[in-house]
Amino acid sequence: MNDATLERFHYDNKIVKYFGAATIIWGLVGMLVGLIAATQLFLPEANLGNPYTTFGRIRPLHTNAVIFAFVGNAIFAGVYYSMPRLLKTPMWNKALSWFHFWGWQLIILSAALTLPLGITTSKEYAELEWPIDIAIALVWVAFGANMIGTLIKRRERHMYVAIWFYLASFVTVAILHIFNSLELPVSFFKSYSAYAGVQDALVQWWYGHNAVAFFLTTPFLGLMYYFLPKAANRPVYSYKLSIVHFWSLIFIYMWAGPHHLLYTALPEWAQVLGTIFSVMLVAPSWGGMVNGLLTLRGAWDKVRQEPILKFMVVAVTAYGMATFEGPMLSLKNVNAIAHYTDWIVGHVHIGGLGWNGFFTFGMLYWMWPRLFKTTIYSNKLANTHFWLGTLGIIFYALPLYVSGLTQFLMLKEFNEAGRLAYPNFLETVIQIVPMYMLRALGGLLYLSGAVIMMYNMWMTAKKGSFAEEEEDQAPALVKAYKPHGEFWHRAWERKPVFFTILATVAVAIGGVVEIIPTMLVKSNIPTISSVKPYTPLELEGRDLYIANGCVGCHSQMIRPFRSETERYGEYSKAGEFVYDRPFLWGSKRTGPDLHRVGGKYPDSWHYHHMTDPSSMSPGSLMPPYPWMTTNELDISNLPAKIRTLQKLGVPYPEGYDEQAVADYEAQASKVVGNLKEAGVEVAPNTEIVALIAYLQRLGTDIKQSTASNQ
Amino acid sequence: MEVIFVLIGVSLVLAITFLILFFKAMKDGQFDDGYTPSVRILFENQPKKSNKDQPKQSKSYE
Repeated sequence: MNDATLERFHYDNKIVKYFGAATIIWGLVGMLVGLIAATQLFLPEANLGNPYTTFGRIRPLHTNAVIFAFVGNAIFAGVYYSMPRLLKTPMWNKALSWFHFWGWQLIILSAALTLPLGITTSKEYAELEWPIDIAIALVWVAFGANMIGTLIKRRERHMYVAIWFYLASFVTVAILHIFNSLELPVSFFKSYSAYAGVQDALVQWWYGHNAVAFFLTTPFLGLMYYFLPKAANRPVYSYKLSIVHFWSLIFIYMWAGPHHLLYTALPEWAQVLGTIFSVMLVAPSWGGMVNGLLTLRGAWDKVRQEPILKFMVVAVTAYGMATFEGPMLSLKNVNAIAHYTDWIVGHVHIGGLGWNGFFTFGMLYWMWPRLFKTTIYSNKLANTHFWLGTLGIIFYALPLYVSGLTQFLMLKEFNEAGRLAYPNFLETVIQIVPMYMLRALGGLLYLSGAVIMMYNMWMTAKKGSFAEEEEDQAPALVKAYKPHGEFWHRAWERKPVFFTILATVAVAIGGVVEIIPTMLVKSNIPTISSVKPYTPLELEGRDLYIANGCVGCHSQMIRPFRSETERYGEYSKAGEFVYDRPFLWGSKRTGPDLHRVGGKYPDSWHYHHMTDPSSMSPGSLMPPYPWMTTNELDISNLPAKIRTLQKLGVPYPEGYDEQAVADYEAQASKVVGNLKEAGVEVAPNTEIVALIAYLQRLGTDIKQSTASNQ
Repeated sequence: MEVIFVLIGVSLVLAITFLILFFKAMKDGQFDDGYTPSVRILFENQPKKSNKDQPKQSKSYE
């Protein structure tokens, strides 16, 4: 075979165009939902008065839309553009590319339908129920197989650093997704987590943090290493640095998850492990930032003129800010201030709006005219977008830092008598309402910029002419090239069986979902004898709490600080959560912690509070849930739920599934009786009854044990 | 809390896999050339109508 023979081949630009367009469309949708959610935080009426658009349900819709729809499609657009060009070969399999595209859009659509309907696991960034989880695994494996196939067919011996980032992202996200999604189905729309309480929290944040790492960071670093040098027409500052920071980043990131659980009931040593690795992370992260920014050395004059580079520079800078702030927030004493406050929300939006958003915009502005063989329609509009976006980020983040610190200072303040200076949580919320307004303004500015981009892109496409395929040529690789053994994927060459195995793994997930839990059931969390499984009514109430996304604003984790034990009661113990599937510790307190709310107020208080929160707490930002007093609860799944939980090791007596409905009704009529005494008439089969029973149960088990000890 | 052993196990397996991949990549010459790859990616969209029979750039290593 002649080494110098050129082969002709064609890059598929159509798939890039589709992923690019999906990025823009879903981006606008996700940002709009975010703006609505932000508005609801100072104007609860903005939820339109129906269950489907309440804050608790659209917050996960927003996070899923921007992470998996906006950023996800941006990753795929960038990979499908850069990878073939870096490897001098088209993507391996066109059918797989289109399966990937349509599969992913269908997953997004199903998320947009199920989340407002309250079909959710409530685990952050993993809210989608099990059938969608399996679909995600399948589509993700198709993406990976397509990349590996392309690698095998490559005509460029050397794998440019961007490709390493793409591969690591694929492998790690697959593992995280599968482990965190292990759950036992009750029905097509409901499942219980394979893990309970502390374990569930740990797995969730091992996943959650690495979703940030391997979905929002490493793929984008790969994109940065391709599109930033391209846009600046400069080689990357140091190729060696890129290799060093790649390997150290992917190694260290895996361990940082527990920093989301500092001062919680997670064992101390796991918290320390998380902190140490998080602090170390600053080095490789800044390696990436420095490498990106220094690529522009000697070319900063271009940044002045070129909106694409402006976007990219701010993106990389925001990455540097967020990855400095992250390790800092992982220090326990800083975390004690920031956790559960708006500081964290500000922090993630520096990453989301700045790093992911701005880099995506820069990449699209660079790629779009090239796809349509033209120049950008208007540089002026792109500059306007840039400044609106930048102002948007500032107006978004700064108020939230102020809000976070304000709340910290107020919540922890004691007066001279040694009592909480602001015993009512609501006082601290009312104080930060103006900040919430400013933050929504920031979101509005950012969204307007994105709308301008959409117009600019539309006009660019209209101006140019799209070529579905782009020709290129390169010599084939010499197959005999094997200087020191085989490359890992070289060994798989001519082994299509391997890909079948990969596909089988994805299909087998359904089976694993049932097997792993049965293996893990005999968990030995320090048990507290007075902690009992939820009664059927409480269980249904808990599932309602999950469906409505209450965890989005209310934590159930009292940290061992005096300011918290004074306010909420005894701090939370690991053994109290052994029957919590999933755990509901929460990550943000827009409202007060609820772990010890049980028995704090009479049933009628909860009834009035749910129908109109401001009647019990004037000025409250919580939306009213009046429909709960009339909506009938569908309990046809109750016996199946009991059986599923029994399989997971919850010690309900044998045959309890047949008894459950009767117990449900008995307890419901008790709650109805309590309400009647307070002058409230309500049917026993309504949602409110179950919810009140659950809220009244929260954190009470341990109270009983202390009471019986005395 | 035994799930932490599963997680540490998975993390270790993944970390070791990455380490093995790193060594293999190193042995295969992935990192021998720490400069030209960064330059090469900038030159892929050259006009190719002329000199059709010539490879447009020489392999930098091999």
